[in-house]
Amino acid sequence: MNHEVSDPSSAAAEATRGILRDTLHGDARGVVVDSPPGAGKSTLVVRAALELAAAGRPLMVVAQTNAQVDDLVLRLAEKEPELPVGRLHASDADAYDKALDALDGVVTSTKAADLAGLPVVVSTAAKWAHVKGVEPWRHAIVDEAYQMRSDALLAVAGLFERALFVGDPGQLDPFSVVGAEQWAGLSYDPSASAVSTLLAHNPDLPQHRLPVSWRLPASAAPLVSEAFYPYTPFRAGTGHGDRRLAFGAASDGSAADRVLDEAAESGWGLLELPARHTPRTDPEAVRACALVVRRLLDRGAAAVSERAEHPVPVTPDRVAVGTAHRDQAAAVRAALADLGVAGVTVDTANRLQGREYDVTVVLHPLSGRPDATAFHLETGRLCVLASRHRHACVVVCREGVADLLDEHPSTEPVQLGVTVKFPDGWEANHAVLSHLSEHRVAWRP
Amino acid sequence: MSLISTLARLEAVEAGRARALATVRHRHVSERPLVFVPLTTAGEAGAPLGALVGTDPAEPRLLVVPQPRDRDLRFAFLADLAEAVLPYVDAYADAVEPVERSETDPATGGKVKVEVELCLDAPQLVVPSRAGVEYVRLLGRSMRFRRTAEQDPETPFPAPPRVPLLGRWLTHYGDRARVPGSSLLVAATDLLNRHWATGQSSLEDQHLGALLAWIDPPAGESGEAAALRAELGRDQGGQLLCPPAGPATDPAFDNRLLAPAIERYDRARQALGAAEDGEAADERLGALHRAEREVRRLVLSQLRPTWDAVWRALELVRELPPGRRVADRWTRDRWSFTGHRDRVRAGEPPQPRRDDAVTAARKLAAREAAQAQLEAQEALDDPLVMAGRRLAGEAFAGEVVDVTMTWTESKRPSPRPLVSVRTDDAPHLGAGVKAYRSLDGRPQTAVFVGYEEDGGGAGGGRTVVLRVLDRMGRSREPAEGSVPEKGDRIVWTLFEHDQRVGPKLPDPEETPWTHGGPPRQDAAEAPDPVTPEDVL
Repeated sequence: MNHEVSDPSSAAAEATRGILRDTLHGDARGVVVDSPPGAGKSTLVVRAALELAAAGRPLMVVAQTNAQVDDLVLRLAEKEPELPVGRLHASDADAYDKALDALDGVVTSTKAADLAGLPVVVSTAAKWAHVKGVEPWRHAIVDEAYQMRSDALLAVAGLFERALFVGDPGQLDPFSVVGAEQWAGLSYDPSASAVSTLLAHNPDLPQHRLPVSWRLPASAAPLVSEAFYPYTPFRAGTGHGDRRLAFGAASDGSAADRVLDEAAESGWGLLELPARHTPRTDPEAVRACALVVRRLLDRGAAAVSERAEHPVPVTPDRVAVGTAHRDQAAAVRAALADLGVAGVTVDTANRLQGREYDVTVVLHPLSGRPDATAFHLETGRLCVLASRHRHACVVVCREGVADLLDEHPSTEPVQLGVTVKFPDGWEANHAVLSHLSEHRVAWRP
Repeated sequence: MSLISTLARLEAVEAGRARALATVRHRHVSERPLVFVPLTTAGEAGAPLGALVGTDPAEPRLLVVPQPRDRDLRFAFLADLAEAVLPYVDAYADAVEPVERSETDPATGGKVKVEVELCLDAPQLVVPSRAGVEYVRLLGRSMRFRRTAEQDPETPFPAPPRVPLLGRWLTHYGDRARVPGSSLLVAATDLLNRHWATGQSSLEDQHLGALLAWIDPPAGESGEAAALRAELGRDQGGQLLCPPAGPATDPAFDNRLLAPAIERYDRARQALGAAEDGEAADERLGALHRAEREVRRLVLSQLRPTWDAVWRALELVRELPPGRRVADRWTRDRWSFTGHRDRVRAGEPPQPRRDDAVTAARKLAAREAAQAQLEAQEALDDPLVMAGRRLAGEAFAGEVVDVTMTWTESKRPSPRPLVSVRTDDAPHLGAGVKAYRSLDGRPQTAVFVGYEEDGGGAGGGRTVVLRVLDRMGRSREPAEGSVPEKGDRIVWTLFEHDQRVGPKLPDPEETPWTHGGPPRQDAAEAPDPVTPEDVL
């Protein structure tokens, strides 16, 4: 088992060594790696890919989105510019990042046959699923495997002999727009995650875990670990003094400034609006989100971290606003545009998965709601929103969410044969909320 | 729930009457549907109590099990049900049209055209509520593995001849009902809920009586009052004025009326069995018939109001004109029916208890495609549905204010006109977002370029600039009518109108190791084993 290693770097290095040993020299057909937010998953994937390529084993890499694929190809090319890498893509005009065309080692094609023989070929699960009639690859790496659906794995699993599955079990589970209850409890439920199907059929596969989050600051890692990963704890790679956030301009005493000060100080801030039932695009809450971002940029925030000797200005591209729904994101974008802010990422939890920012502003999924549905209670949604930041996270929320939670205990039917997810969203929401309440700033519009 | 349906519900509360959610009918309703209203016995899964079934609203066929725990009577009920349903199904099996379909030739792997049969129409089954759909599945599951004496002379409790076949058809219909937009098996509550919004919660909308009360209240009464009466109103004997649409019955009915009547029936049967001479037997047989008639009368009293409500619901939905693409979806239902007809005729075994990994994945993919297609088609068929999508930022309507011709910079330039559209909607547009419009029933694609800087203008609208990408022909000049013209009013959607074909999954025999490998070949599944409960 894991014996305690005091230094985070050595703990992470030891975990990585174990993973690479099982992947390169083990005899299991699959290796599963659980990676908490910001634990160096991408670094691991790149490293494993390069070592497999160096060992002369033809490798296919399966990622879930085109952005992830392009990012991976860029990272591979950065590490090993000489290595020929194939980028299999769809036939749409904007199927891949045009930056890849400038790289010497990268070959792009819409046909797998054109890329046969290259040491590494990367594409999305959706594109791989259309590849037929080729020699199977010796090895595969499946990235974001917990976000991949079981049926997507079914479509591509015939293409490889062995595979390394990497992903974050705490993020959003894959979903289906139609009911799939009739298959609930079956080991191969097509709407379940690829990893749950894989492990149900191959329970003896080696499973590893990356133990250190390099992204989350020391103020956030314990909360996220306890609330979302109670049985597989991880820790921050940095200490309490390693990261700081400072402002060039002093607070003007407004609620937005006070919550920013609180977040800079403690890593968390809760901007609480008066209790009220609102439509999803709650105009007050949306404006509050935009205003916090505006003040953050106006006050000249600068971040001190282990990455640089001097404070680095927090520019718009290092800031993100996270919401539960797309219409909320659109409303926040419009509000930001009204305040003259450009370049800040505003997106839903689904689209923020795997991304990293210095400061995040989160519109709480339950803010202003009259009910707490399974969608809004989903553990992964809150986990994604609460774990994208390197320095601080400000949550904007209507008062009364704790009462709302108490009025809506989880009522999802229990399905035979389905592993109960723990903690459930209800529990995780309460844990996060009670922590946030210590960093509350009231907003009176 | 979308913003527009929330609004419709609020308006319904205010008006005391349901509000329309659609201007056209989005589901196929057959000219001669088979309505099936089943009732089940409390406390025992899959023990039918009775049913009304038929294609004529005035002449339902009443089937009753006077003692639902008696397996012989239950089989008799199922045999009667088979005689009521299967002739109706069979009537559609032989009216066919020849259709060309492209299939993969197993020898060469290429596509070949083959001529196949497609049934001209398909039987449609209508049940009162979603619980009824579930009950159809349960009946199907309980019957399809039964063996008849002909199939297996050794079987200890042979099923009546046509019962397993009915089980296969009900299973097929129950499965098809899971495909969004399908109409082979529909619940009356779903039909109504698709087209009207009431002033009650969606849970309350599952009550057929209350739902009809909102949509079609008695003259001079508000929908809310009528719905409340439908839900709670009881007569002097404590019985519901509007019995539940089933299959579950009201406990007050079970306890006060049904249970005593069944007990009288049991006693009459025992008495008949104990009769010692012919005269006594005749007399007791008369008593048994009276007891049975009483149970039948009671069951009918619970079924008849629901039967009438289902037909009323069909009438209401029929008043709406069908959406343009409803027939297209019904054709898929006809294919589904024809496919199952062929499997039955080919002597294939009944549907397995559980889908294998590949079948499950295929079904899920097909249903997801059907869902996306249904959402797109409903919006394209119905301006009110499209209004909801526009309100949600997924579509926008506007007037073309300017068209500028541009071309691609290739050797053979293709037209790429820029179209400026003035809209008051607020679509979620961003870099690279595609917009689609319907051109002669097929989608034309454009890509969002930007907003025109016109300072907002009066009314707060905006001007969206789109670049049209396809459907303009092969030559340098776009084909006649293929480019929007100034003054055209066009609805653009941000969702695709057609679904892309998903990837081909491996054959079940090639199920990969990640999914447990190929399913075991235990040939056909064995019938359900006999349990002590089968022999009371």
